[in-house]
Amino acid sequence: MAAPRTLFDKVWDAHVVDRFDDGTAVLYIDRHLVHEVTSPQAFEGLRAAGRPVRRPDATLAVADHNVPTEARDRPIAEPQSALQVATLERNVAAFGVPYIPLTSEAQGIVHVVGPEQGASLPGMTIVCGDSHTSTHGALGALAFGIGTSEVEHVLATQTLLQKPAKNMLVQVDGRLGVGVTAKDVMLEIIRTIGTAGGNGHVIEFAGEVIRDLDMAGRMTICNMSIEAGARAGMVAPDETTFAFVRGRRFAPKGEDFDRAVAWWRTLASDEGAQYDRVVRLRGEDIRPNVTWGTSPEDVIAIDGVVPDPAAETDPARAAGLQRMLDYMDLHAGQRIDSVPVDVVFIGSCTNSRLEDLRAAARIVEGRHVASGVRALVVPGSGIVRRMAEEEGLDRIFLDAGFEWREAGCSMCLGMNEDKLRPGQRCASTSNRNFEGRQGPGGRTHLCSPPMAAAAAVLGRLGDVRELARVREEAV
Amino acid sequence: MRAFTTLTGVAAPLPMANVDTDKIIPSRFLKTIERTGLGRHLFDGLRYTPQGEERPDFVLNQPAYRSAEILIAHENFGCGSSREHAPWALLDFGIRCVIAPDFADIFYNNCFKNGILPIRLPRAVCDALMEDAALGGNARITIDLPRQVVIRPDGEEIAFDIEAMRKHLLVEGLDDIGQTLQRAPAIDRFEHRRTVEQSWFPSVSAAF
Ligand code: SF4
Repeated sequence: MAAPRTLFDKVWDAHVVDRFDDGTAVLYIDRHLVHEVTSPQAFEGLRAAGRPVRRPDATLAVADHNVPTEARDRPIAEPQSALQVATLERNVAAFGVPYIPLTSEAQGIVHVVGPEQGASLPGMTIVCGDSHTSTHGALGALAFGIGTSEVEHVLATQTLLQKPAKNMLVQVDGRLGVGVTAKDVMLEIIRTIGTAGGNGHVIEFAGEVIRDLDMAGRMTICNMSIEAGARAGMVAPDETTFAFVRGRRFAPKGEDFDRAVAWWRTLASDEGAQYDRVVRLRGEDIRPNVTWGTSPEDVIAIDGVVPDPAAETDPARAAGLQRMLDYMDLHAGQRIDSVPVDVVFIGSCTNSRLEDLRAAARIVEGRHVASGVRALVVPGSGIVRRMAEEEGLDRIFLDAGFEWREAGCSMCLGMNEDKLRPGQRCASTSNRNFEGRQGPGGRTHLCSPPMAAAAAVLGRLGDVRELARVREEAV
Repeated sequence: MRAFTTLTGVAAPLPMANVDTDKIIPSRFLKTIERTGLGRHLFDGLRYTPQGEERPDFVLNQPAYRSAEILIAHENFGCGSSREHAPWALLDFGIRCVIAPDFADIFYNNCFKNGILPIRLPRAVCDALMEDAALGGNARITIDLPRQVVIRPDGEEIAFDIEAMRKHLLVEGLDDIGQTLQRAPAIDRFEHRRTVEQSWFPSVSAAF
């Protein structure tokens, strides 16, 4: 009998085209997503070598990183952003690659768009010149970020040269408490294993807590696998997955769908499959989390205090902690829920789906953004935006004093106009709190959509459970 | 791609862990459609004040390290985004080799595509090399890729590991695409089998 295999092993094995002597595989890529920032030099490379795109019908392009999130009817004002988008448009036209234009409702962040359109499906290999491609692993796909040279490699050959990754299992058992979301689970996992903890591995997320999550929550978790250092994150496809995929634009239809599901069902890890590393957490132990430093592993529960560098034995680590405290303008022992915020950003490929906006709106409803705080909601795609409007979420946010924007990456990385000013502090639902990530000198605290909503209302980082409790008492 | 065989040069010490790609090249410099010209903005936030003046205490601003070709750092170098602009910026500055205890996967991979050699060595060895590097321009370190050794200024040789395939491509300066296209018949066979066995497999149409 064949040895038991993991979900990753099965998807990997199904895509090996050929092998070199040293074990490097030529891995077939089913779906290649392309955006404007990491593709210009790749298309240029093809042009220089006179190579075509091998499979335009396996490729989908959309502009998201640079795009303005307001006044979409006008040309992009910033000349370099405009040039990057124009270059993408020129390249997709020249090479015949399907493209979602800025004027289409389907436009949005590439990692929201792929699953939403059914372009990303279970069992696929999916790549994009973007590290958060790991998001699509929530469908049970092997999805990972690549550099621009590899983008060119995939465009030319529809394959990549890869060594298999190691398998890691992260099992989250039990149940989550009130006010605790997928984001809090993932921040807890990153705190536990560290930002290098997953290096060289593909993480499979399993356990009751993961099973109970909807697809949006699973995508939040897989999205931040890269912040845990992993090459990719995956969740075995199940009924939740199939229900999500059914009927989407590029998903198989009718009998084809049934045949696809029959294959997808076989992908779950076999009983007794071996993992190189196993990490277990309990849902009950996880509280609403927030980051205090400039690395995604710098996580504390919202009722916690900022750590003390003096408690560190390794002097290089102590110096690193002190540098972060200085950058973040925090001091050792400070309660994190006492820290005031200037800006609240609800968006990014981590937390900009309809479910995320609903969860934030529930906290915001009937309340107002604290004075002096700027709060933005940037939906993950035009479709998310429209669906939210159909439910009246835009009114809730606007009435509370939030800005309601067009879809894009926006303040997740500040490549468009949406940036923090030096010294500004932001509660953000995005995935990276690196120095200057949201704008030079900006300070980022990562948290869940309800926690970001709570920060907007309170004017400081605060415990969403208190707001939720107040609300329950009132009714 | 430029081949990498041996390199003797000045090494700059950067004793920091988790140097992320936003630190190596902030996102506001990613709006280029070229591969070159990014060296000026390498480590922008560490290297310049918000007013754009050089910070004299940053290692690459010090006279001894302005022409550094080797960089030595701590754990998890290159974590964060997949931007190949990070190795492009290093290369454009003149860095051709980075030595650290470990690297983030995508960054590690991206280095090889650009003729940069990332070398993994234990933390204690990195710290020793960092002490050599602290001697500045007088202490030149040699990297001998064919023999897989780092040679310290005092002549001591430190062996390092590298996958055979990566070494081959780097030493020969070979382009992976050409290499892969030699396997085109296998790719054709794979695609043919897919259309037979998984005919439900959907493609993406162009109408948006
Ligand atoms: S939303 Fe942020 S993390 Fe996601 S793709 Fe855009 S820039 Fe990258």
